[in-house]
Amino acid sequence: MSRSYHTAIIGGGPAGLSAAGRAAAYDREAGVAEPSYVLLEGHSTFAKTIQKYQKGKHVMAEPGFLNLRSPMPFEAGRREDILGAWQERLQGEGIHIRYNAEVADISGTQGDFLIRLAGGEELYAENVVLSIGTQGNPRTLGVDGDAESEFVLYTLDDADAYRGESIVVVGAGDAAIENAIALAKQNRVTIVNRRGEFSRAKDGNLSAILAAINDPDIPLSCLYESHVAGLELPGDEGEGALLLKTPSGETRVACHRIIARLGTIPPRKFVESCGIKISSPHLDAVPEVDRKYQSNVPGLYVIGALGGYPLIKQAMNQGYEVVDFIHGRETRPADYELLASQFAGLPYAMDPEDVLDLYQQRVPMFRRMNPLAFRELIIESRILFSEEGASVPGSTRERETVHVPADYTLYRNGEYSSSFYTLVEGSVQLQLEQDGPWHTLSPGQFFGEMSLISGRPREGSAIVKRDSILIETPRRIMVKVMNSNEEIREGIDRVFIMRALLAAFRTGIPLDELGEIAAGITPKTFEAGDLIYREGEQGEELHLIRRGRVALSKGGDGSVVNQLHSGELVGQMALMGAPTRRETASAAVRTETLPIRQPEFLRLVGQSGDYLPVLQQRLSDNLLQINAMASRSEAARTVNFLMQEGMGEATNALLIDESLCIGCDNCERACAETHGGISRLNRREGASHNQWHVATTCRHCELPHCMKDCPTDAIRRSADGEVFITDACIGCGNCETHCPYDAISLRYPAAKKPGLLSWLLFGAGDGPGDVHSASPADANSRKTAVKCDACRDLPGGHACVRACPTGAAIRLGPDRFTELVSVL
Amino acid sequence: MLPNIVSYARFRYLWLALLLIAASMALYFSQATDGAQPRNGGTWQGYTLGTLGALLIVWLSLLGVRKRSYRSAMGRVQGWTSAHVYLGLALLVVATLHCALQFGLNVHTLAYVLMCLVVLSGIYGLYVYLALPGSLAANNAGRDIAASSRELEDIDRQISRLAARGDADLSAVVDSALELTRLGGTTWTVLRGRDRSRVRVGSTAVDNRDQSAVIAHLASRVPRASRRREAELLNELLDMFGRRQVLLRRLRRDARLRGLMQIWLFFHIPLTVALLFALVVHVLSVFIYW
Ligand SMILES: Cc1cc2nc3c(=O)[nH]c(=O)nc-3n(C[C@H](O)[C@H](O)[C@H](O)COP(=O)(O)OP(=O)(O)OC[C@H]3O[C@@H](n4cnc5c(N)ncnc54)[C@H](O)[C@@H]3O)c2cc1C
Ligand code: HEM
Repeated sequence: MSRSYHTAIIGGGPAGLSAAGRAAAYDREAGVAEPSYVLLEGHSTFAKTIQKYQKGKHVMAEPGFLNLRSPMPFEAGRREDILGAWQERLQGEGIHIRYNAEVADISGTQGDFLIRLAGGEELYAENVVLSIGTQGNPRTLGVDGDAESEFVLYTLDDADAYRGESIVVVGAGDAAIENAIALAKQNRVTIVNRRGEFSRAKDGNLSAILAAINDPDIPLSCLYESHVAGLELPGDEGEGALLLKTPSGETRVACHRIIARLGTIPPRKFVESCGIKISSPHLDAVPEVDRKYQSNVPGLYVIGALGGYPLIKQAMNQGYEVVDFIHGRETRPADYELLASQFAGLPYAMDPEDVLDLYQQRVPMFRRMNPLAFRELIIESRILFSEEGASVPGSTRERETVHVPADYTLYRNGEYSSSFYTLVEGSVQLQLEQDGPWHTLSPGQFFGEMSLISGRPREGSAIVKRDSILIETPRRIMVKVMNSNEEIREGIDRVFIMRALLAAFRTGIPLDELGEIAAGITPKTFEAGDLIYREGEQGEELHLIRRGRVALSKGGDGSVVNQLHSGELVGQMALMGAPTRRETASAAVRTETLPIRQPEFLRLVGQSGDYLPVLQQRLSDNLLQINAMASRSEAARTVNFLMQEGMGEATNALLIDESLCIGCDNCERACAETHGGISRLNRREGASHNQWHVATTCRHCELPHCMKDCPTDAIRRSADGEVFITDACIGCGNCETHCPYDAISLRYPAAKKPGLLSWLLFGAGDGPGDVHSASPADANSRKTAVKCDACRDLPGGHACVRACPTGAAIRLGPDRFTELVSVL
Repeated sequence: MLPNIVSYARFRYLWLALLLIAASMALYFSQATDGAQPRNGGTWQGYTLGTLGALLIVWLSLLGVRKRSYRSAMGRVQGWTSAHVYLGLALLVVATLHCALQFGLNVHTLAYVLMCLVVLSGIYGLYVYLALPGSLAANNAGRDIAASSRELEDIDRQISRLAARGDADLSAVVDSALELTRLGGTTWTVLRGRDRSRVRVGSTAVDNRDQSAVIAHLASRVPRASRRREAELLNELLDMFGRRQVLLRRLRRDARLRGLMQIWLFFHIPLTVALLFALVVHVLSVFIYW
């Protein structure tokens, strides 16, 4: 007979463990003999995600402002210590956990859920808590006996642990290739590829695996177009076998071990199969839940990383709270105090929970948001309150109401900031471009969406009037909200388009008519290299760039004659009487445009009045520029090269003029000496064309890839545009993975340099300018992410550039490329 | 196009140096020539010129300090170097006027000679800084040199695999060519771009500079090949050695150019140190024998 539980908790990570601990406490209180709950963990131990951290990793207890509320202990420390403490508590409390119990399917309704395990076993539960994290589970071989064991492995921690074995690696992705090559140093390896080639791999891995297969000295061979048909578990001699269907019939490959690297199944599919709605198609969209973590399926709860909370402490708190909610206890969430202090400086005498509800109702766009997400938005935001006589606030980030003086400038034209503002009371004066006309906003409206979407510096300024209340939300949170809520994305998009049209055309057309035009425009997305239009085509629309960069080329030899950034128009000639495209437009980086057709264009410019001559002037400037570059093909090819290198999204890149560089590496030394002994730039690595060399270091992208999912929000951008990493870094490596330019690495802090004398006389440690070694300075040090911060703390600016004895190093953004390649 | 050391800040320091030279000249010719006192360090003008020269030398030496003060906000090192070059050249005039070409076998002349050597090495350094980076970049043709090294390793592996397919004699020759290839070596060989590679044909190792001996050997075997497979193998090897030759040339040239851009500092800096000592002795002795 299958067992039935009050609560089933699925996934034994920090969230699930904490929930199970709380459920155990309820059981103890009630004095029941049999546990009323079960914790189902798919892996052979608990907290798989954390077990997979690198050995000795220092785990951080971020966010610092949040208190832990869990029956499980947790404080910052070594991975081993944390896991050990949990293990102890698990046993001490007699937590009812089942290992190797991967849940394959959940069906039924509240009070009567049917949970089916991968092995076929079935369980019943009245309530289900999903805490399976976001790491996904490895795709299995799909044949009998494929459960993870000593014989079948789905990950490889340490290739050096195996010697003299025959090993089969199944898979053709980067992980499979890297494992196979590493194993082939001391073992005989067969790699099994389902297809005829290794097309999914990175270039470096592709050439490495082909070289290794063709090299008779390396004991690595490949079976192409081969499918796994079955496996034989090893007998006493220690050898098992993998059965394959190959083009030449069935084969049996005897082996000591099988390493299957077939990728992971992201949990989304599983979650949706349980009936949980995820309203946005976006990859990192999270399930919608209410204030009690309950999904749209009553009785089915979602917590932890799966619910969009990427940190251990948050996951543990939610585990505690969700069990309270299931047991009908109205606990105040652990972040209640935070909410209270956020609102403390406001002129209300209301419970913070009520202020929260009030604000959500006041802003139309937020009304449909799920309350938990709105709560997080408020906690992560700054609440600004403008009062006559208040002083200008400092930049410290305390979670409390920020008082600002009346007529305070929120941001200025040209400043790099990308936070998003929502006005809940009072009024704001807003400009949409430098020296443009002022617009007045009223409560419920928002602004700042331009920089939020484009990553470009602010266009125009914003000033808050007296007695106003604003929510200032960091980009990271806004992106998360937009990715998981289609309605909000569309709402922001609509306003973005209207304002973009207003700014681009300064049209005087009535707002409702503008709204109508905006509603008819669907933004188009182009990946890097995609064609927007081709030379010689008949054009029917122009494009207003809203993010990214567009390269214009002529003659088909890849010479870039002009490049345009967001806010600028491309291809307007086609609508101004010359429909034949004179140049080819393509996206230099991932780009979004607003395509505008003739009738709308005419309606817009028809009302532009005095501004029309400005538009015409811009067009002829553009044409002049194109003409000038077209006659200088070497320069145009150089710009093309820079675009190919992804410079279209740079704001501040390091270029080296090879006709001046003497290779002394003083730039690298300067970088290391001013940044804790670790150089963040690699002069030699990187591509060159003519005399220009793109050094490998941070280029401070318009929309930094690295900032995408930093769990502790440790990557920031200053008002001057420098992207830098704060001390909040936990070394998770997400940014390193996301950076397409190899500009970030995880490093141990460098050992302190010896004094000049002891170095000179005794040869102690690294000397001045020496590049330090990659090993930890002491046992307690931990790896964190390091990257160029554009020397934001140095009064003189970029140390690399200033240290160059010959003036070969230069820092600049794409807006100055044309100037760079122009002859003196 | 970026300004180089010479054209930095629109030749700002060239003008400064010319001004300095003009002023020194004026000072020099303002000295009385009544025969009582020669135009040399002894007059007040001579002292002024001498002080100026000594200050210049000290300041010029401070480039080494500025170059390593990575936090310094005092201008760019490029600006310092530009000024260094022009003022260093002006120093030649200032010092010459100061001593008024009165030489002897003494510490004063030693200081002067050392200074000239420093300046000469500096001029050579300036020349390599201006002339060689372009050749270095052209030599690497847009690739980084590590890629060329990797390519060489790759080719070597392919060659030895090919050679194993030939007869014992052929593979012995080819293997010895790989084994006896010399890249790098002493600073002197690197700087001269000397290639001391050898190859063993029969029992003797002969000069295989630029891989030409092994290539010639392979080429001479082709017409004598008895089987088609052998001829094909030889041709393939020839091809490979051709690519290897190009890579080796590139690597050798790279090392040579890099070396040339650094080696002169090994004269410039020690000579500077020697000069500073000589300068101190010169100044002290002048004061003592006053
Ligand atoms: C490299 C790295 C470093 C990090 N460093 C830190 C740090 O220093 N500090 C910090 O606070 N956070 C850190 N994080 C984030 C942190 O690991 C996660 O936020 C946290 O693990 C989320 O907990 P969770 O319980 O929601 O999910 P997880 O910890 O992912 O746990 C999910 C569990 O569910 C199991 N499971 C999955 N599917 C099923 C299924 N179908 N049936 C049964 N069981 C299933 C899994 O085996 C796993 O044990 C880091 C993350 C990474 C990747
Ligand atoms: C007496 C006169 C001079 C003195 C004392 C002097 C001293 C120095 C010193 C100490 C350095 C620093 C080297 C280092 O630390 O790496 C240097 C560098 C240099 N000097 Fe001179 N120098 C003199 C004249 C000149 C002249 C006349 C020239 C050129 C015409 C010149 C060209 C250079 C150059 C190009 C550098 C290299 C800069 C660099 O790589 O950073 N020097 N000199």
